[in-house]
Amino acid sequence: MTAKIVIGLDGTETGERALEFAKTLAKRIGECELIVAYVIEWSPYTFQTPEENALRHKRREEEIALANSRVVEPAVAALKAEGFNARGVVRHGDVAETLNAITVENGASQIVVGRSSADGFKKRIFGSSTQNLVMHADVPVTVVN
Amino acid sequence: MKSIKTLGLSGAAAALLANPALAQEAPGLDEKINQTFANLTGPFVSFIFAPLPGTSFPWIVLWLVVAATVFTLYFAFVQMRFFSHAISLVKGDYSDPNDAGEVSHFQALATALSGTVGLGNIAGVAVAIGIGGPGATFWMILAGLLGMASKFTECTLGVKYRNEYEDGTVSGGPMYYMSKGFAELGLPGGKILAVLFSIFCILGALGGGNMFQANQAHQQIAGIVGDYPGWITGLVFATVVFMVIVGGLKSIARVTEKVVPFMGILYVATALVIIGMNADKIGWAFGQIFAGAFTGLGVAGGMVGALIQGFKRAAFSNEAGVGSAAIAHSAVRTKEPITEGFVSLLEPFIDTVVICTMTALVIIITQQLVIDPATGLYMLNEAGTAIATVDGNSGVSLTSAAFGSAFSWFPYILAIAVILFAFSTMISWSYYGLKAWTYLFGEGHTKELVFKLIFCVFVVIGAAANLGPVIDFSDAAIFAMAVVNVFALYFLMKVVRQELASYSARLKSGEIRKFAD
Repeated sequence: MTAKIVIGLDGTETGERALEFAKTLAKRIGECELIVAYVIEWSPYTFQTPEENALRHKRREEEIALANSRVVEPAVAALKAEGFNARGVVRHGDVAETLNAITVENGASQIVVGRSSADGFKKRIFGSSTQNLVMHADVPVTVVN
Repeated sequence: MKSIKTLGLSGAAAALLANPALAQEAPGLDEKINQTFANLTGPFVSFIFAPLPGTSFPWIVLWLVVAATVFTLYFAFVQMRFFSHAISLVKGDYSDPNDAGEVSHFQALATALSGTVGLGNIAGVAVAIGIGGPGATFWMILAGLLGMASKFTECTLGVKYRNEYEDGTVSGGPMYYMSKGFAELGLPGGKILAVLFSIFCILGALGGGNMFQANQAHQQIAGIVGDYPGWITGLVFATVVFMVIVGGLKSIARVTEKVVPFMGILYVATALVIIGMNADKIGWAFGQIFAGAFTGLGVAGGMVGALIQGFKRAAFSNEAGVGSAAIAHSAVRTKEPITEGFVSLLEPFIDTVVICTMTALVIIITQQLVIDPATGLYMLNEAGTAIATVDGNSGVSLTSAAFGSAFSWFPYILAIAVILFAFSTMISWSYYGLKAWTYLFGEGHTKELVFKLIFCVFVVIGAAANLGPVIDFSDAAIFAMAVVNVFALYFLMKVVRQELASYSARLKSGEIRKFAD
């Protein structure tokens, strides 16, 4: 059976280090698939203007295309070039919940993420996405500094 | 919606609309413009708000209440049968996780609500209770409950017949179900109805959805900081509206869209606290509402007076049957148009049955209305037109006094809430007007920009001018939308019934089920 590892990227430098760490893991495991995931922070319970609603579908496509072209596809291409078995996923939702959902759906055995760089106030009230992920994930989570 | 027709009944609100500063600057011209406009539009306004022969009951209100009753019976009390299903839909229980990032049911509902919740819920209810007595509350709730079926019908059709363009944007609303729905059923005249509706919608958007809001916002600010020329408020508002709708400045819209629901929740919560503080009087208050509904308890016009005021308030407040909500709801991502119909039926419930009722209860329970201790009936004011109030207040100041009697600081919050509600209503109606505009003239950046600029200009005019006849006309335009819309709904309701039958069957069989989380 192929082991699967989900790597959560956020487009920052810590994501790069998460990737590096996952590569090391994958080399040790041997037959391993790397799932590069990018979650666009989104909630179904926000308030929007009618115009934003009308344009939402278009914006969503644009957001997904951007995440793919800027973050996910380059990472997947780089992994493949190095001989890894890799693919990408882009989703909207709560970062922690969605990363976990991707993991469960694919039957992955662990998650690797970078330490999040959320700003102070929000982090103190709600905790960062990374903290939430560590607390609630169904599989072991590795947080890379 | 904030109708001047109801507000106009209170002397205070009517006086607020006159702007003496401007009238003094150009007495001749200003007066002339108002007079000419009034003469031109007078017949149309009188026609829309004409009372039924021998009564003071406007036929347009009966038109809306009858429609709501017909839809309620035709769909076998859909607002009760699917109420809890509607809540499940809003919670996202039936949303496909793969659609994450699209407009959710919650978002469509919240957007539509921010267009309807406003001055009508605060000032309009006070006027209704002031004239019709506590009994008006009963009829208002009844009309609100019936109106849920009208919303259900129009919003289902709004989603079903919306246009989806290649770039992924959507346009929907009554004009689309009129033209496409009528064509599908092989009925003639859909296009004509759609054009008529669009014209009324543009006029309603510029008037009731814009000038009236700007005007009321200015009165609120002037009430706090002292009198100053309206065009200053107008320019500030127009600039902000311009930045949002033309400049696409999301931060302002985002702040407003967050603060407005917060204000709504704060309003209801404060009302609940006040009701809780007077818990011993809750039974009495409901007694007054029921007794008043059937006897009038001495109000002008008796039971019929209470009924007229209640029905009017509900119809004017939740816009059920007007067609505006069908535009707002049509952006939702769903494979089943009827699910948005279910969600939309919560709108009159929240607007009228919850928020309007809170206003009414607070006014009744804080005993703002004067009761004759000898007879237990309400005393009329000197003119005999409304119930006497403790401090002689009416309209928004009556609501303010009722809340202020419990919390002295609340009137300030209320003033801010009214200003924000006015702003969010403007943003919503700018979109409704725009959709009607693009239906008539076609989509395109320049065409849209022209409408948006016109809209901003009207914000300034609305805040500055003496608007009596202009607002009468724009209010009439909004209700003219309802005449055209309800007419079309009668022809198209069988389409909704088919959708309802199909959906119910699949829900029952388990084909449509909740997504596990």
